[in-house]
Amino acid sequence: MPGWITDRPLDTGALLQRVCGPATGAAVLFVGTVRDHNQGAVVIGIRYEAYAEMAGAVLQEIGAEAEARFGARVAAVHRVGELGVGEASVAIAAAAAHRAQAYEASRYVIEEIKVRLPVWKEERYDDGSARWLDGARPEGQARH
Amino acid sequence: MRITLLLFASYRDLAGTGSVTLELPPGATAADAVAALRTRAGEEPGAVHRLARLPPRPALAVNRRHAAADTPLRDGDEVALLPPVAGG
Repeated sequence: MPGWITDRPLDTGALLQRVCGPATGAAVLFVGTVRDHNQGAVVIGIRYEAYAEMAGAVLQEIGAEAEARFGARVAAVHRVGELGVGEASVAIAAAAAHRAQAYEASRYVIEEIKVRLPVWKEERYDDGSARWLDGARPEGQARH
Repeated sequence: MRITLLLFASYRDLAGTGSVTLELPPGATAADAVAALRTRAGEEPGAVHRLARLPPRPALAVNRRHAAADTPLRDGDEVALLPPVAGG
């Protein structure tokens, strides 16, 4: 299953095309984007950092789990570097014969990314300050 | 043996570096590598104060796999200290 880290803008259409085929009856594209606010602060951008050599393998592992559990085809990519408001930081494409499998596979991948993928984000605020966000302690295996 | 210790994001900021080479005795574990980092930081003014903010048992990876603190190390291993992750 394709999964990788990139410092380039995400091509979500191409990602979706990777998973769709003649047997596809439903395809879900999830896109996470940088929003302009968090916990009352005005966010002007986010810098994403990854342990890239590990994160690519973890992303592929998560996608393979989703494919096995839900009978879907999955592709996922996470961006690193400086992102502005509205830019896509993560994209997940999931395709299956029926919509329930595609939705569940997509949801599985983003939830596992949140707790396992070695990626960190530093929010930048309109007052010039910046802060690494607290996240989840990374775990080795799926918890489900 | 010689291992490479990698630090990311907030941990790198605390350590002031993203990569440290450490000499460890045979039989050392991933936890020993973290302890050696703290000891080494103690020799640099200011660094030990910042590293005190590292959690006592940070999440670890050995050779790019999530790993327990008692994982034994071998010469050439790559150990990474992983702050709480925040992707997406």
